[in-house]
Amino acid sequence: MSGIGLLIPIALLLGLSGLAAFMWSLSHGQFDDLEGAGERILIDDEGDTPPQHRTQAKVR
Amino acid sequence: MNAPVKHSEFSLPGVRCAACIAKIEQGLGHVPGVVGARVNLTAKRVDIEHEIGVDVPSLRKALGSLGFDAEPVLVRDDDLANRRESRQLLKALGVAGFAAMNIMLLSVSIWSGADGATRQLFHWLSALIAMPTVAYAGQPFFRSAWGALRHGHTNMDVPISIGVLLATALSLFETITGGAHAYFDGAVSLIFFLLAGRFLDSAMRDRARDGAGALLRQTAPGGTVVQPGGPSQWLAADAILPGMQLLVSAGERFAADGIIENGVSSVDRSLVTGESRAEPVEPGAAVIAGSLNLTGPLTVLVTATGPDTAIAGMARLMEAAGQGRSRYVRIADRAARWYAPAVHSLAAASFIGWMIAGAGWHESLLIAVAVLIVTCPCALGLAVPVAQVVASGALMRRGVLVKDGSALERLAEADRACFDKTGTLTLGRPELASADDLDSTERSVALALARASGHPLSRSLARALEQQGIEPALVSDLSELPGFGMEARAAGARVRLGRPDWIGIARPGVEMLSCGFEVEGRKPHLLNFADRLRPDAAEALARMSRMAMDPLILSGDRRDAVMAVAAELHVSAVVGMTPAEKLQAIERLTPAGHKVLMVGDGLNDGPALAAGHVSIAPSSASDVGQNAADIVFLGDSLLPVPIAVAAAHRTMRVVRQNFAMAIGYNVLAIPLALLGMVTPLIAAIAMSTSSIIVVANALRLTRCAR
Repeated sequence: MSGIGLLIPIALLLGLSGLAAFMWSLSHGQFDDLEGAGERILIDDEGDTPPQHRTQAKVR
Repeated sequence: MNAPVKHSEFSLPGVRCAACIAKIEQGLGHVPGVVGARVNLTAKRVDIEHEIGVDVPSLRKALGSLGFDAEPVLVRDDDLANRRESRQLLKALGVAGFAAMNIMLLSVSIWSGADGATRQLFHWLSALIAMPTVAYAGQPFFRSAWGALRHGHTNMDVPISIGVLLATALSLFETITGGAHAYFDGAVSLIFFLLAGRFLDSAMRDRARDGAGALLRQTAPGGTVVQPGGPSQWLAADAILPGMQLLVSAGERFAADGIIENGVSSVDRSLVTGESRAEPVEPGAAVIAGSLNLTGPLTVLVTATGPDTAIAGMARLMEAAGQGRSRYVRIADRAARWYAPAVHSLAAASFIGWMIAGAGWHESLLIAVAVLIVTCPCALGLAVPVAQVVASGALMRRGVLVKDGSALERLAEADRACFDKTGTLTLGRPELASADDLDSTERSVALALARASGHPLSRSLARALEQQGIEPALVSDLSELPGFGMEARAAGARVRLGRPDWIGIARPGVEMLSCGFEVEGRKPHLLNFADRLRPDAAEALARMSRMAMDPLILSGDRRDAVMAVAAELHVSAVVGMTPAEKLQAIERLTPAGHKVLMVGDGLNDGPALAAGHVSIAPSSASDVGQNAADIVFLGDSLLPVPIAVAAAHRTMRVVRQNFAMAIGYNVLAIPLALLGMVTPLIAAIAMSTSSIIVVANALRLTRCAR
């Protein structure tokens, strides 16, 4: 019984943190441009020009 | 950084890959006044943050110099509201998913034998998770059910809401009184499954709406206006008033209807007619908003703006024609019309029956709730959206974009097909008939001239010559004479490409598309262009008639032009029709019990596309055509039309199978529930199995578009 008392709060907390992470990413536009996110990894921004990227949060 | 900034959005149809993103974002970073830029590849848009002093045309020019055609986008409030709705559903889905998993975890231990204090603890924990979840994630259903009840009718959400609320309340009562059965798991996983279906549906409609802002986008969002006694200024379209003078440079769209005061040019009215033939204009000629100025700068006296323009009038005609379609009731809602009352009376009957049979009110209520949970249209709520989402995904891979949620349902019902000719059965663009009588030097000179012009014939000539692998010659003193053609010097000789009478050749006929080409001192040539049939047009129409959809051509073109096409395709045709006559032709078929599929492209087809039971447009169509159509196909081939029809038939077959399975499951489960033998465990198993079967059956549609 004492094991349950410890494990259930841990399980719920882990689940809640996953939910919180999902909510955070949804409200910070992480799902706004799924195709673009996949392509952006290919951009080589170590050229002569300074990188111009900003996250959505900074642009707003 | 604290200078006041403004956001502007542009649509970029040409952006495709990481390189494009980098080029645009880094390139715009060097434009003075631009603070930041963010490309959205999924929506093919860029959001530019810039200082107030930077205006829209200069940003557009900057994008143009980076090599991207850009159209300014006006962000409308209802777009934002719809996006918010989808996001809200996704949030609710996340919450319901989290809650369903955790409650299931607790329930599994109860089913495997936990009792006494442990069961009590687990019930309380479940209640703690379920109550806020139902209150939050159940809102979309409660709101829709309340809306229906308030207007005195019922929909699928009424039994769902009643079932969920009753199950939660009764389980809470059981938990407080220490009872054995709590249905928290059933209530929450019901919400989860149904939200999944609801979200898929909404995501599909969002994708459809993204294409729909097109009409506004095509009429220019603004134009440069000459101020009395001052410098000219760029004004948004709604700030332009009749009587103002509008400066329209080559390559710009007219922001308002008007009369040309100054300048000579040619105008591309493809938005209006679907024909790409450019029309020469001179002072005194009328131009309409949305058409494209091709060759020379013009000054236009504005006669009508905004809602008074010809294009806005056409939009109103389409809206009126489309009202019949908005009355269409989707198959799931039609099922709900008889399903909801049946479920409610069954639950009420079981409650009354058990009361009469002598069971206590508590036990009778438990059984009634079990009936409600078991009959909740979980599979029905998933059956239609999953099948349609899978089918439209498969069609999208074949280059068919399904814009409207109910389009596949309506397409499967269609039994007549009407086709427009120009741009639908044919490619709708002039193709070079032959360049055989030009030698190789002449071809490379012609390519150099053609490449420098935006005229449709020039573009077609350049494309044809580039496909032959010809390198453009070096030319100097290149100039464009608006309304006539291109002129330059190559190897000391004057070379010209343009109107045949300007070159000095007699036109063969008024209707023949042709242009003249001459190298000074040599024989001038006449280059002929013709509009060809789409590849596979005959095969596509043959497949349509095999599917018992008799094709018919409705064309606004001349008799002999249409007859040639009709004879080649063995199809009957009606010729010389105005947009209103096309609309009437479709409206005449409708009361005769026919459901018409309209396939068309131009603005002249717009009302007919909106009036048809379902409509398809090629992606080369005017934006108005694409806007009015339910389905848009990419590429030159016409085969996607019969493929879409076949896929729609398959989709509806799967939907009907899913309905049958869901009902069959109810037939098995309801007697058990009526006899009071459904425990929370049996309810949970039955519910998930039926949902999984329905989804698995719908997944068979991944290969429906062959």
